[in-house]
Amino acid sequence: MKSLISTFMLFSLLSFVGVAAAEPASSAVEIKTLANPSAPVTVSMEASAVVATSAEAAPAVVPSANKGDTAWMIVATILVILMVIPGLALFYGGMVRAKNMLSVLMQVFVIFSLTAVLWAIFGYSVAFTEGSAFFGGFDKLFLKGITPESLAATFSKGVYVPEYIYVAFQLTFSAITPALIVGAFAERVKFSAVLLFTVIWFTFSYLPLAHMVWYWAGPDAYTDAAAAEKAGATAGFLFQKGALDFAGGTVVHINAGIAGLVGCLMIGKRIGFKKESLAPHSVTMTMVGASLLWVGWFGFNVGSNLEANGLAALVFVNTLLAAAAATLGWVFAEWLLRGKPSMLGGASGAVAGLVAITPACGWAGPAGSILLGLVAGVVCFWSVTSLKSKLGYDDSLDAFGVHGIGGILGALGTAVVASPALGGTGVWDYVSNSVAEYSMIGQLISQSWGVIVAIIWSGIVSYLAYKFVDIVIGLRVPEEVEREGLDVSSHGETAYHL
Amino acid sequence: MKLITAIIKPFKLDDVREALSEIGVAGVTATEVKGFGRQKGHTELYRGAEYVVDFLPKVKLEIAVADDILDKAVETIVKAANTGKIGDGKIFVSNLEQVIRIRTGETGEEAI
Repeated sequence: MKSLISTFMLFSLLSFVGVAAAEPASSAVEIKTLANPSAPVTVSMEASAVVATSAEAAPAVVPSANKGDTAWMIVATILVILMVIPGLALFYGGMVRAKNMLSVLMQVFVIFSLTAVLWAIFGYSVAFTEGSAFFGGFDKLFLKGITPESLAATFSKGVYVPEYIYVAFQLTFSAITPALIVGAFAERVKFSAVLLFTVIWFTFSYLPLAHMVWYWAGPDAYTDAAAAEKAGATAGFLFQKGALDFAGGTVVHINAGIAGLVGCLMIGKRIGFKKESLAPHSVTMTMVGASLLWVGWFGFNVGSNLEANGLAALVFVNTLLAAAAATLGWVFAEWLLRGKPSMLGGASGAVAGLVAITPACGWAGPAGSILLGLVAGVVCFWSVTSLKSKLGYDDSLDAFGVHGIGGILGALGTAVVASPALGGTGVWDYVSNSVAEYSMIGQLISQSWGVIVAIIWSGIVSYLAYKFVDIVIGLRVPEEVEREGLDVSSHGETAYHL
Repeated sequence: MKLITAIIKPFKLDDVREALSEIGVAGVTATEVKGFGRQKGHTELYRGAEYVVDFLPKVKLEIAVADDILDKAVETIVKAANTGKIGDGKIFVSNLEQVIRIRTGETGEEAI
């Protein structure tokens, strides 16, 4: 009876999305006008640029940061920090056994701090300055040359945010990504190995992927077709391929998910895998962590818009709906196939939906987001319950099953939900200052470039990095340490004194 | 003197304690324990990983009583801890050689 009810609800939800997606004509127009409030701004800024060139002797209009955008970016950056510490740390921490709780909290906490410092030393420069299509340059090592007056481009012409907050915002992205990986090999890895791996992987996998996907000259360079071509040639490899990744589906989630998969294959299964109880010690903590992730994700996705405007509001709605739909997708799938809807399933579903909508959130419409979320919930449920046990790897906390699979699904799904015919916004053409003609197949090919390059790049770098760390310090703790728990043996503490 | 060791369902602890107080039993030591008997365990499912929980949580009571109230105490526990369903627990009674109250040094039934 129960399963009958849940089947019915799942189908009625799906059919609702079907109906909503089938009426795109009127809603699509509304979204477009909402989505591009920058259009009038563009006109006025171009006018002022013309004035500036015609009167070159007179002091030109000095571009400055918009205060509203700046305030939003500060808040968004704080929200992403909230995602990592404590959000991700608690989400993961709740899923391990009590004897390993602190080791997970500590790995996430220290990876965050380590990456933050590396980001300032060379990360920002390598990811976000002009260089080759794969790596940036070294012009901004130690954030050299950045002042409070330095500006970073947004997605609207003539609209800027202070470069320092852009640096900090992107820092949080680079910090959460290696922290996601620890979920794959939790409960059995050496702390020192995690740190050394993070340094190598951050340098050779995160930074180049970020550069390939996100580095471009900014919208101001796209004045006409010739200028656009010239500016386009300086952009990152995947940016040039036209791969869309609004907030890091490729750079963050596929990248980390693949590193996790390679990691758990190379480090091996936990002692007692499939023999002893490895049940989560506190699903309560996991629910708190997932909820913090959900809240923080608004900083992650909406902040990626870099401006506090109408498109930011669309991204907000998309993020909210996809997570909610994925929660329902996972929970009802679990209810139907395993008999009981679990809290861990609900929390996992929300995260799966957030992962999947991440690349798409700036181009999807609300109905597309619900659809993508529902599919992500069901597919990720399948990947962690069926795929994992079929293939037999021990991805302790499903870093690959949720972030890898959800990321790939989201990256490919972006091509579908971005289509204006399905209520998406389409892709903005900065030369004609209008929405470009949309080809779903063409976009799907671009997205596949992103997915395949991320899988291969991260796979190879991860393999070499793990190998190197294994030779230098060893990846795995000795058996007695693993049995005793990492908290006492690695950190000299216990999480709970009860 | 006898030592009563009772294994009961955790949620019955308060009922048993109250019932024992009413008949004049002055002290009970309770411990949270896990065990198995005829009652089957249950399975837990975490992201598809199924764990069979064989050992179920119970409360163990240890009660030292004078011989004359033993039967009444046992009867009281049986009545208070009974739900009629499998897994209600068991009571063990054993001889108790000596009891000493640490504060005063009293021994025997006086110390109970």
